[in-house]
Amino acid sequence: MRSRPVEPLLFLLPALLVTAAVILYPALQTVWLGLHSFVLFDPDSMRFVGLGNFSAIVADELFWISLSNSVIWVVCAVGLQFALGLVTALLLNQTFAGRSLARALVVVPWALPSVIIGLMWTWMYDLNLGVFNDLLMRVGLIDAPVAWLAQPGTALAAVILALVWQGFPFFAVMILAGLQTIPSEHYEAAAMDGASRWQTLRFVTLPALREVIATALLLRTIWVANSLDVILVMTGGGPGYETHTLPLYAFLKAYSAMEFGYASALSLVLTLLLLGAVAFYVRRVARQALA
Amino acid sequence: MIDRRSRLRRFVEVELPIALIVAFALGPYVWMVMTSIKPEAEIGTFPPSYIPREATFVHYETLAARTSFLGNLMNSLIVALGAVAVGLGVSVPAAYAFSRFRFRARNPLLVGFLVINMVPVVLLIIPLFVLMRQLGLLDTFVGIVMGHATFAIPFSVWMMTSYFNALPRELDEAATVDGASRLQAIRLVILPLAMPGIVTTGIYIFVTSWNEYLFAMMLSGQNVRTVTVALQSFIGEFSIQWGLLTAGGTLVAIPATVLFLIIQRRLVGGLTSGAVKS
Repeated sequence: MRSRPVEPLLFLLPALLVTAAVILYPALQTVWLGLHSFVLFDPDSMRFVGLGNFSAIVADELFWISLSNSVIWVVCAVGLQFALGLVTALLLNQTFAGRSLARALVVVPWALPSVIIGLMWTWMYDLNLGVFNDLLMRVGLIDAPVAWLAQPGTALAAVILALVWQGFPFFAVMILAGLQTIPSEHYEAAAMDGASRWQTLRFVTLPALREVIATALLLRTIWVANSLDVILVMTGGGPGYETHTLPLYAFLKAYSAMEFGYASALSLVLTLLLLGAVAFYVRRVARQALA
Repeated sequence: MIDRRSRLRRFVEVELPIALIVAFALGPYVWMVMTSIKPEAEIGTFPPSYIPREATFVHYETLAARTSFLGNLMNSLIVALGAVAVGLGVSVPAAYAFSRFRFRARNPLLVGFLVINMVPVVLLIIPLFVLMRQLGLLDTFVGIVMGHATFAIPFSVWMMTSYFNALPRELDEAATVDGASRLQAIRLVILPLAMPGIVTTGIYIFVTSWNEYLFAMMLSGQNVRTVTVALQSFIGEFSIQWGLLTAGGTLVAIPATVLFLIIQRRLVGGLTSGAVKS
């Protein structure tokens, strides 16, 4: 249907206007704020500083701590979510009694709000009453209760475990959908050639899943790198700066310290760091969807 | 003999690991619900009791009687319905245009909606707070709904475009041949056929908005506090009364879980086309 150019515009206008107001304008304002020193509730303080915030960031020890925590956070959380999700998908692709029930139940963590996830895991990790300590003591892995979220060295790992729990169903669902598109002839041919199960996985299944896995990994990396609510609820960034990640640091700068200019600059740095992954992801999806 | 051996092998290789994974997935949830029905004294014992010795709804009663929780549930409901209305209201026409018209800005705009779905929340939340403060929209339903529109719109545009694309264009053409105007064709033919997609998209927006914490916290105050924000503030206020907190958590989690399970199968198509954020 060829149409007058004004017609599609009328259909698009409401979406474009709202998007411009709540996303485009704020995003541009972040750039502008990032060039200023601006402490909220102090109207006289708005001062143009050029790239001053950015040179301050480079010299900011806390920025580098947050960045290195962010790298650990993304690599470990996404890696473990993927590994567990892959295993789950391969298992759910087998036939066994209660399969459709298992498929539905495994998805449950995905549905939950981050506040509830933070709350239930904080409760399980509790030093005095937590079930996590009790289970580990019963199997003999620890001798005495551990304050998982309060001591350096375990806090980040403990939050990562909660995020792995939340995120592995996403990989399981994506990979399972991919598995179901692999024609059974491929497996029959592999069996005919006498391939072992490892060989079948290595040379038939995984290559067929390459596209799905790449898309899922990119999407998840972007999402995990941006996410801060589970950490905020569970540790607030502590103890000390043990669980400070980049988005959390930016958020706390605005929310607690009211330094909106510096916080804007930090979130711009985060965005720039993620730009590569976003470009990769958008190219892949656009290629499929706009073909 | 062989049969029994392969049976055992199946158990060790498939059924046992699946049981463990399902237990891992449900464990924290079950533990929260179980804590919420234990009496205070039983919650305070270590080692914990794995099967409640006594079931009680006292925490739920306290929550309803002594806290603002019921009001917070209502606020969350209003915000989520508002997000669904705004998200669908502006995205369904846009998605129709992306699916049915060919115009020069089509692909750049579609890609644009994909990119803004990837923008970090912190990048938007800071200026949105400043903007809402200037407009006097802090601590109002409109302010929070607008915050949630930032993720509802790009998601629904992509999701609905793929649903509209799945409807053959011959349908529109047949309706036009029968003398229907474009708007009539949309109302009488396309929208009814797209209804399952609209419902799935709407439910997903609802759940995401219901679950959302950061925008709701940043943009709300005392008046329109949502459940997620309220629950988080209870942690300080009630100095970790786990019975109360887990009861609240259960009440928030149940609707989200039920709705999500209803739509999860139909979401997979949208997932692979890149529409889903979290």
